[in-house]
Amino acid sequence: MSEREATIFSLIQSCCSEVILNEGSGSFSIQVPSEKLVFVMEHLKKSESLAFVMLLDHLAVDWKEMGEFELVYQLYSFKLDQRIEVTTKIPRAIPNAHSVSRIWPIAEWQEREVYDLFGIYYINHPDLRRLFLEDDWKGFPLRKDYEDPFMLELVKE
Amino acid sequence: MIEVGSLKARMESTPGGLKTEEYFVNMGPQHPSTHGVLRLVLKMDGETVREVIPVLGYIHRSIEKIAEHLNGRQIVHLTDRMDYLSSAMNNWAVSLAVEEALQIELNPRIETIRTIVAELERIQSHLLWWGVLGIDLGAVTTFFYGFRDREMITDILEETTGARLTLNYIQPGGLMFDIHPHFVKRVKEVLAHLKIKICEYETLLSENVILQNRLRNVGILTSEKAISMGSTGPVLRGSGVALDLRKQKPYGVYGSVEFDVPVGSVGDSWDRYWVRVEEIRQSMRIIEQLIDNIPEGKFMVMKPAKKLTLPKKSYFGQVETARGILGVYIQGCEKEEPHRVHFRSPNFNNLWVITQIAPGGKMADLVATLSTLDLVIPDIDR
Repeated sequence: MSEREATIFSLIQSCCSEVILNEGSGSFSIQVPSEKLVFVMEHLKKSESLAFVMLLDHLAVDWKEMGEFELVYQLYSFKLDQRIEVTTKIPRAIPNAHSVSRIWPIAEWQEREVYDLFGIYYINHPDLRRLFLEDDWKGFPLRKDYEDPFMLELVKE
Repeated sequence: MIEVGSLKARMESTPGGLKTEEYFVNMGPQHPSTHGVLRLVLKMDGETVREVIPVLGYIHRSIEKIAEHLNGRQIVHLTDRMDYLSSAMNNWAVSLAVEEALQIELNPRIETIRTIVAELERIQSHLLWWGVLGIDLGAVTTFFYGFRDREMITDILEETTGARLTLNYIQPGGLMFDIHPHFVKRVKEVLAHLKIKICEYETLLSENVILQNRLRNVGILTSEKAISMGSTGPVLRGSGVALDLRKQKPYGVYGSVEFDVPVGSVGDSWDRYWVRVEEIRQSMRIIEQLIDNIPEGKFMVMKPAKKLTLPKKSYFGQVETARGILGVYIQGCEKEEPHRVHFRSPNFNNLWVITQIAPGGKMADLVATLSTLDLVIPDIDR
């Protein structure tokens, strides 16, 4: 972690002390408890010293063995010329997360994609529908336990 | 058949005059100006667009799921099929992430050739866009001119890589093959040819009054809106925000070459047009600085049979393609196959800009705006 990243991290921690550094990432990454996500995200965008005004990307990772979904947000700040990765973990049994589409409008469609492929329900999302697959598709294909009788995939012994 | 006279009589007899109502029109998935299988549901009020609802998924192949069963070297093949016009840059993004994970150091020869090939691809991608923009607006000549010159570049790439579009040239650890002996000579010929032709194109299309009228003050995207929609590449730069990864976080040998980042001022379709034409010139400038002194060395620093075991960490490789920032998120799990691969495609974010800027404009302006966004649909659907 560079000196600048350490300063940014201390600035974030001053608003929410439960934010920790995410060791499982190759880039500058923080982990936020899921119930504090919207609060921290709002601070990241609106704080004048941080100003992470651009949401580059949003994705989910299925950790089946740990019973968790990891949600990853990639933010970019023009002011700091810095990219930051924000992650949060939600239980696999109750896959509910708060939507950030009020903070960044593009999240509306990025979250629709994640809902479509992972089945994560975003609370306060304006229009949560499938994005790529048909509306009557059963199951969520990118989950690790997804099975489709017509799936032609290599089974390795 | 209803006679006009009787219709007129009926209108006059209706209290309150003629009734109007909004209606829906399906544009696509087989519409020529959507450049692929994109469907836009338009809520129309006469000729005016009130709302645009993009419907996706017609070319969804679930590349992210397939990639979970392949190793780092094999994933590169799939990325060719996303944004097929900047396939070398897509290959590069995956290679960057895998190289960061395995801590592979590259030699200057690989970095230089990668940069030259990526810039050649950028030129051919912009030339194709230029030609297609013309045909979208009704100028058929530009289509043939753009394709003719693009053909010269794809010929060079074919000579070296064996493929015209899906290059699969940049691999983790280096390149698939060394450059063809004629590569340098041919690139110089193309640059000399393009230098004259670009000026000709400016007089042909850019200075054309019809094009100016069709593009100026059409589809205005303010910089705040562009940032909040997460758009990147020429779409964002056309709105006046100078975000270019080649300058901000130089990879390859971009740090050691001189080039400018063109930015627009108003954010209308014309600015996006101008930014791309100027980018062709800047790409030529980059290649000119590199082509004469490609360093000697190996074209691959890794043994081809080496196992690419990814550590249990996540990596994010990003490059500036012809359309914006392509990010590749790879989560390893001590195996050759990654646990999760995600592609942050530039077109996905750029597409949603249309829902913000098209309402209020005319149907014909929507076609012009869509064309200057330069979308490649397989990259959105993945």
